[in-house]
Amino acid sequence: MAKEKKAIIETIPRSMRDAETHYCAGCGHGIVHRLVCEVVDELGIRDKTIAVAPVGCAVLAYDYWDFDVTEAAHGRTPAVATGIKRVRPNNIVFTYQGDGDLAAIGTAEIIHAANRGENITVIFVNNGVYGMTGGQMAPTTLAGQKTATTLSGRNLRREGYPIKILEMLAVLPGVKYLERVSVHSAQDVLRAKRAIKKSFKTQVDNKGFSMIEVLSMCPTYWGLTPIQSVDRIKGEMSNYYPIGVVKSY
Amino acid sequence: MAKIKIDKERCKGCYLCIANCPKGLIKISGRINIKGIKPVEFSGGKCTGCGMCAIICPDCGIKVIR
Amino acid sequence: MAGKKILMCGNDACGEGAVMAGCTFYAGYPITPQNELTAYMAKRMVEINGTFIQAESETAAINMVFGAAVAGARAMTSSSSPGVSLKQEGISYLAACELPCVIVNIQRGGPGLGNIAPAQGDYFQSVKGGGHGDYKVIVLAPSSVQELLEHTFTAFNLADKYRNPALILGDGLLGQMMEPVELEGRRQILKVEKPWTLTGCKGRAPNVIKSLLLGDGALEEHNKKLQAKYNTIKATEVRAQSFNIADSDLILVAYGSVARTAKAAMSKARAKGLKVGLVRPITLWPFPAKLLEEAAGRTKKFLVVEMSAGQMVEDVMLSVKGKAEVDFYGRMGGGIPTEEEIMEKIEALI
Repeated sequence: MAKEKKAIIETIPRSMRDAETHYCAGCGHGIVHRLVCEVVDELGIRDKTIAVAPVGCAVLAYDYWDFDVTEAAHGRTPAVATGIKRVRPNNIVFTYQGDGDLAAIGTAEIIHAANRGENITVIFVNNGVYGMTGGQMAPTTLAGQKTATTLSGRNLRREGYPIKILEMLAVLPGVKYLERVSVHSAQDVLRAKRAIKKSFKTQVDNKGFSMIEVLSMCPTYWGLTPIQSVDRIKGEMSNYYPIGVVKSY
Repeated sequence: MAKIKIDKERCKGCYLCIANCPKGLIKISGRINIKGIKPVEFSGGKCTGCGMCAIICPDCGIKVIR
Repeated sequence: MAGKKILMCGNDACGEGAVMAGCTFYAGYPITPQNELTAYMAKRMVEINGTFIQAESETAAINMVFGAAVAGARAMTSSSSPGVSLKQEGISYLAACELPCVIVNIQRGGPGLGNIAPAQGDYFQSVKGGGHGDYKVIVLAPSSVQELLEHTFTAFNLADKYRNPALILGDGLLGQMMEPVELEGRRQILKVEKPWTLTGCKGRAPNVIKSLLLGDGALEEHNKKLQAKYNTIKATEVRAQSFNIADSDLILVAYGSVARTAKAAMSKARAKGLKVGLVRPITLWPFPAKLLEEAAGRTKKFLVVEMSAGQMVEDVMLSVKGKAEVDFYGRMGGGIPTEEEIMEKIEALI
């Protein structure tokens, strides 16, 4: 029997638990979870990493990451991370948040953690809806986008405009690195990994606050197939949320 | 020659790997898996081991052997 | 010769008690009448190379304390009534995750924005749990500037001993008045092992600290574990002071600064030959129920005095179980009961 070739691309990184995730088919969370773990492994920081999981679809992240994790009250993730990082500056602390956690209830926390220049990494998964609770509008829901709470589509006059968090935070001096990426294609996933690595490196090098916004598919609550969701990101989503580095040092 | 190993029971049928294989070597299998969906399978042909399928798979369901 | 005494306001004494207890993390937010405490910690935390953060809100502050406790530090936050209301969700999480910390509430007049006068209208919020779910917080009620220091120190030990949040329930009067304080004293920091903290999983399996328990029956099991802890605390940590309760026709019940006025009224009544006693709960939770029940067997009436519409009075009734009459006198909205008012009530009742 032909000996199995040696170079296997380990699909499950060391820092990731070998567990099947609860995420829907085609949801981007599974990819972003893996990228975080690949970066943690490559930077050799697994035994120094402390994660703060959000409330939202990723609330179960502690079932998938194989390093220290705590879970914050909805939106308070950056505040919890601040407490941890200030007490343990030599540990690598990151938050992983959805658009409800970060851009709605947690807006004050993220703005002030950024403005204090907390030396933490923030992974912000923007899929434009509230997934865990059944597809309601999120602050990042696009104009005209139908959700459980914008049945005839988001009406800008009534529900206001989709919020651009990275561009908002860019003006804060304490913020050192901001990049928006996506996971809708393999090339984009590789680029997302580079960005996430850069953000963790920013923290490892003690430079200050960094955040990566990841555009991510939510087929279930976009009412699309995963492949259609990819096209949606390629199209209207990345039009409104341009992919690229927003701030660097 | 490189090849891929697909964990058919882990597959959730998002089919993103199909769209991302540059050579189009992955297709939907006729069989239903434990999740009640049709997983993907390698359809044969010359795999270069580029790993795009494993990179896009949200569920760590594809192993690439070079 | 007693140790050296220095004049301090209650808020500062509270802060010093925390520093003495090895508190290395404080997050707060300005609100009268506890501002001096936040300012004091801003100074002292820097001096001891600890962490001081003026948070963007009381909500953020309690969650920063959550993070600091998760990381193993002795951590504290302080506020006053409206601000403490903003912390309730965080306190429920801290209790659920069994995280030790100290919260200080220098109460002010309420409800709403209220005023900045002293009050005791947050009793229910403190002892019955102002957040969601079945949880308890150890509540200590100082009635002097010295006790603000001592109780804060003790609160850190109790929090670590039981892995539970502890609350100091003061009021604006105690917080801002100045009294001589003895700094020296045989105060013993309780050292506990904290293997559960998040320090990075070097050399051990990863730790997870969370309160989401979705598994079938998992949360109920966790609640049972918490209740067992609370029963232990109730059995072992009750603190109260009592005067003349062996031979009294009427026993006053009061805590915090009101207990001092009540004590003065008791002495005045005693001087007039009226057999009056006093019970001063020091731990509001665990409540001195047994003490009151036993006292009820030897007296006719209780007069509960509070700076509220009557909250602790309900716990007194529960404890006394009808074995004696329980009356109430209170002032609301920052009103402070005077000795004369209490005397009037005593004479009307006895």
